[in-house]
Amino acid sequence: MAFFLEVLTGGLLTGVLYSLVALGFVLIFKASGVFNFAQGAMVLFAALFFVGFIDLGVPVVLSAILTIAVMILLAYLIERLVLSHLVNQEAISLFMATIGISYFLDGFGQTIWGSDIRRLDIGLPQDAFVFGASVLGDDIFVNELDVVAAVVAGALVAVLAVFFSKTKIGRALRAVADDHQAAMSVGIPLRSIWMIVWAVAGIVGLVAGIMWGAKLGVQFSLSLVALKALPVLILGGFTSVPGAIVGGLMIGAGEKLAEVYLGPVIGGAIEDWFAYMLAMIFLLFRPQGLFGEKIIERI
Amino acid sequence: MSDVETAPLLQINNIEVIYDHVILVLKGVSLDVPEGGIVALLGANGAGKTTTMKAISNLLKAERGDVTKGSILFRGEEVHNLSPDVLVKRGVVQVMEGRHCFEHLTVEENLLTGAYTRKEGGRKINQDLEMVYSYFPRLRERRSSLAGYVSGGEQQMVAIGRALMAQPSLILLDEPSMGLAPQLVEEIFGIVSKLNKERNVSFLVAEQNAAVALRYADAGYILENGRVVMEGDAKSLSENEDVKEFYLGVGSGDRVSFRDTKHYRRRKRWLA
Repeated sequence: MAFFLEVLTGGLLTGVLYSLVALGFVLIFKASGVFNFAQGAMVLFAALFFVGFIDLGVPVVLSAILTIAVMILLAYLIERLVLSHLVNQEAISLFMATIGISYFLDGFGQTIWGSDIRRLDIGLPQDAFVFGASVLGDDIFVNELDVVAAVVAGALVAVLAVFFSKTKIGRALRAVADDHQAAMSVGIPLRSIWMIVWAVAGIVGLVAGIMWGAKLGVQFSLSLVALKALPVLILGGFTSVPGAIVGGLMIGAGEKLAEVYLGPVIGGAIEDWFAYMLAMIFLLFRPQGLFGEKIIERI
Repeated sequence: MSDVETAPLLQINNIEVIYDHVILVLKGVSLDVPEGGIVALLGANGAGKTTTMKAISNLLKAERGDVTKGSILFRGEEVHNLSPDVLVKRGVVQVMEGRHCFEHLTVEENLLTGAYTRKEGGRKINQDLEMVYSYFPRLRERRSSLAGYVSGGEQQMVAIGRALMAQPSLILLDEPSMGLAPQLVEEIFGIVSKLNKERNVSFLVAEQNAAVALRYADAGYILENGRVVMEGDAKSLSENEDVKEFYLGVGSGDRVSFRDTKHYRRRKRWLA
């Protein structure tokens, strides 16, 4: 039982990291209907700048602030140079454009900071600690970094939830997500809203990048983490912030449990494909995901 | 038109609108909306009413349409290159055809989005929210329902209320009667004329339902195939024989048998 719980907790905590990446996708998709293939590249890009600043001797907090500034500038440039020329084009054109952006970011980030694996050590704990010993009569080992990541993700989601539901800009973002034209007609400037949402996604990307970077080191493979976010989105629904979280947890826990318990039966390496199989089953039976947009239709 | 001494609030001179660089939709439309007036823009489906409205509010570009000729003056200034949000700040708000509420926002949130361009603090905006509720008491009851779930009439009220939150001096109201019961149409138009009198908001109303529109408007324009074919004050339009027959659905007085109407179609005089 204790072993099961340990695997489950480990899985859930990894899942949080998937959620963080998925969150960036959801934000942009909700506000602009664009599936941002570059989200993974943005995670890498942000992490590269962050770790780059730190390696230059800039204090951690200042590095974070500088990187946030870089991500905001990036959002501005993406809106200016790419999206504004593609207003009202087919969704597939926009999607293709984001693929282009993702290649650019991958290349540009590595041109500036090099392609070596960089260690990101900002004092986040790396050890496993013992948890719940007395309750279950057996020890459970949990990775401390994962716990920190979970707390950070939780805080981020809470902040985003308040931002979306209580602030004027959050309300405008939801309005734009609902109906572009109507939003324009009441005077909400689409272009600045899109810039804001890309900037927010960039900042979420930075948080994801720091967490993943601390776990795996900052390297090119970070941008591939985004591929794991796809099944998370399919499970949770493309338009739902809570969906991204729950989807991430399910994928994280599911793949760890499958690896441990199914692995011996049908052969290992389940962890690599489990998420995609789960996504395929969802596509067959519940294509809108668990929390996908309820389509309101008046009759 | 007749009184030249006061410049109209909105003045459209001979505009031409082309979609996708090839489809000519408006072929020279001119109209005036005087300060404090209600002007009806009448016409059948596809006549160009909505295109005219969107040309004014500058929502055309989003549909790959463009004003290629003519000018649109608001308070004497050319506005056709201003973005929609700048135009809203200046006081021109469009209420789009088909209401276009934000379905996943509550009624109150919908109204608040209308105040997006305003810089004042919450108190002033709350006052205006109360003002909107006083004109549309039903919205106060439904304030926390999702706009997607309220009735069509209530959605129309949300759309107009949302426009009011921007403190406009001109509202472009596109087809407010669409899909509503006659009683509700009267109610909506009643509120429009109340807003016009009490808050001095001018209206340009595009309508297919010419009978109702002419009853509440001061003046009207009839649009056919992208051209203004007739204009005048509301009274003279509603007494015009052609308008009566083609837009108000009343004949010359005598009842005609169905067989006659099938063979007999009077030509519109303006086409002659």
